[in-house]
Amino acid sequence: MAGNGILRGRAHVFGDDVNTDYIISGKYKFRTLDVEELARHCMEDVDPGFSERVRPGDFIVAGGNFGCGSSREQAPLVIKHAGVSAVLARSFARIFFRNAINKGLPAVECDTSGIRAGDELEVDLARGKVKNVTRGYTLEIVPLPAVMMDILAEGGLTDYLRKHGGFKL
Amino acid sequence: MGHTITEKILAYHAGREEVRPGELVNVKVDLAMANDITAPLAIEAFRSMGAERVFDPAKVVMVPDHFTPARDMAAARNCALMREFAREQRLENYYEIGRAGIEHVLLPEEGLVLPGELVVGADSHTCTYGALGAFSTGVGSSDLAMAMALGEIWLRIPESMLFTYEGELPPWVGGKDLILHTIGRIGVDGALYRAMEFRGPVVEELSMDSRFAMANMAVEAGAKNGIFHVDAKTRSWLEGRARRHYREFTSDADASYVEKITMEVSGMEPQVAFPHLPSNVKPLSGVGEVEIDQVVIGSCTNGRPEDMEIAARILEGRRVHPRVRAIVFPGSRAVLLEMVRRGWMETFLEAGAAVSTPTCGPCLGGHMGVLAEGERALSTTNRNFVGRMGHTESEVYLCGPAVAAASAVTGRITHPEEVMG
Repeated sequence: MAGNGILRGRAHVFGDDVNTDYIISGKYKFRTLDVEELARHCMEDVDPGFSERVRPGDFIVAGGNFGCGSSREQAPLVIKHAGVSAVLARSFARIFFRNAINKGLPAVECDTSGIRAGDELEVDLARGKVKNVTRGYTLEIVPLPAVMMDILAEGGLTDYLRKHGGFKL
Repeated sequence: MGHTITEKILAYHAGREEVRPGELVNVKVDLAMANDITAPLAIEAFRSMGAERVFDPAKVVMVPDHFTPARDMAAARNCALMREFAREQRLENYYEIGRAGIEHVLLPEEGLVLPGELVVGADSHTCTYGALGAFSTGVGSSDLAMAMALGEIWLRIPESMLFTYEGELPPWVGGKDLILHTIGRIGVDGALYRAMEFRGPVVEELSMDSRFAMANMAVEAGAKNGIFHVDAKTRSWLEGRARRHYREFTSDADASYVEKITMEVSGMEPQVAFPHLPSNVKPLSGVGEVEIDQVVIGSCTNGRPEDMEIAARILEGRRVHPRVRAIVFPGSRAVLLEMVRRGWMETFLEAGAAVSTPTCGPCLGGHMGVLAEGERALSTTNRNFVGRMGHTESEVYLCGPAVAAASAVTGRITHPEEVMG
């Protein structure tokens, strides 16, 4: 996914402290390494049927500390493979935050308190804006460091390093 | 203005005079570590990056500890992948089962992490090594692959929080209780992106094992790292372990902290974290009547000699409650050997506990003690999220080894005093 285009989709709203075990339920997390299969169980314990309702491009919108818990990269991968184009949260657990960017999933830090389930959103990473089309207001994104924007633009850390051979701050 | 120990270690590894919170820096890595869950993805990312050789075969460590001894064919395949990579790259520190243990207990024991060093590990509890006055933090597999390939990683300098513990630690209260109490106070995001620096007279009295337990759970408050200063106890613990020179860094008196919290520990009770967050903490007198099905003693948090000694002291001459399953899993081969030599092994077996070879298994619902629907465990591990140890309708309560052992005897969450008199 290119990091610079405007992302459009609907909001799926969650609360605070969504941990990596909720992102991919304890029932499945060890059963398979098949990301596509895991993606069908994304957020299942906190929002049954999420993976069927989510349309390509939709957003996960959450409160504070999204992605706390394990360091496993399956968490952002599963979200990405479920069709989610970005996660918006008031704050992220730091390992998840890095992993998401490294896997090419935009992790967007902003004030999510006014966003309701089903709201139509437009996320402009390059300009650092989130537009709530349904409610008619625009939010500022806490800017990503340049190195993270670059990694995102390349689709993730692996592609970034293959291209650049190292990283530039 | 001065600097914190965390800032000084990061500045040193960045080759800079000084760094300030919020800055991004490129740092040299002293050690990069992965386990059987995270290594396969890291190896895949390493190859996709176009990397061929690890930056230093002495500084990349691999430990099969999560689903080992291999619990099924998928785990066996992951371990094989890791083993082959270790052989191909001639890694000097690949630890096979039987000679190994849980990574965060094993690496310090083996002298692989020393004060002042910078460690990244593809496991969230990598922050454990802060007990030695090192900077260590958990990363994902892609970041680890980068560190394995380049010997470098970029990091944001964290703001530091200073936690000072004062007073006198009551009997049966240890490092685990202090960290649970602290997380209960600041919440699971109370130290998000920050460094937790642990200081004060109480900390100076704490054993290294208790310090490891505290640093281990810094991530449960969202922290990037937890860290202690090096003192006589650290140096003595490292004797015979450290095989190379190390540097001691110290926070300046005028270092800047984003928050300072002082806690009085005199009169503190043992602490218990209720489901389903490590911050859902109550003192033992506030627990009430909570019956349990399983007690788990061990892990990267509380699988060290001190923990086993405390549990053995309580279980000596007593029996595990008929309704309860007690599982003891030491953190390493060395801990297990000490259990045998000191007679604790016999105590546990006589008491009717199951003793496991070192593994992360039960802590993450992997194997060796998974919970069924409706079951309740009391555990010395570090997480109690929904479904953490098994079924999503099971429950996990967290505590230190003393409460766990006493509760194994009574079948309900119990103050050690009640059992020991």
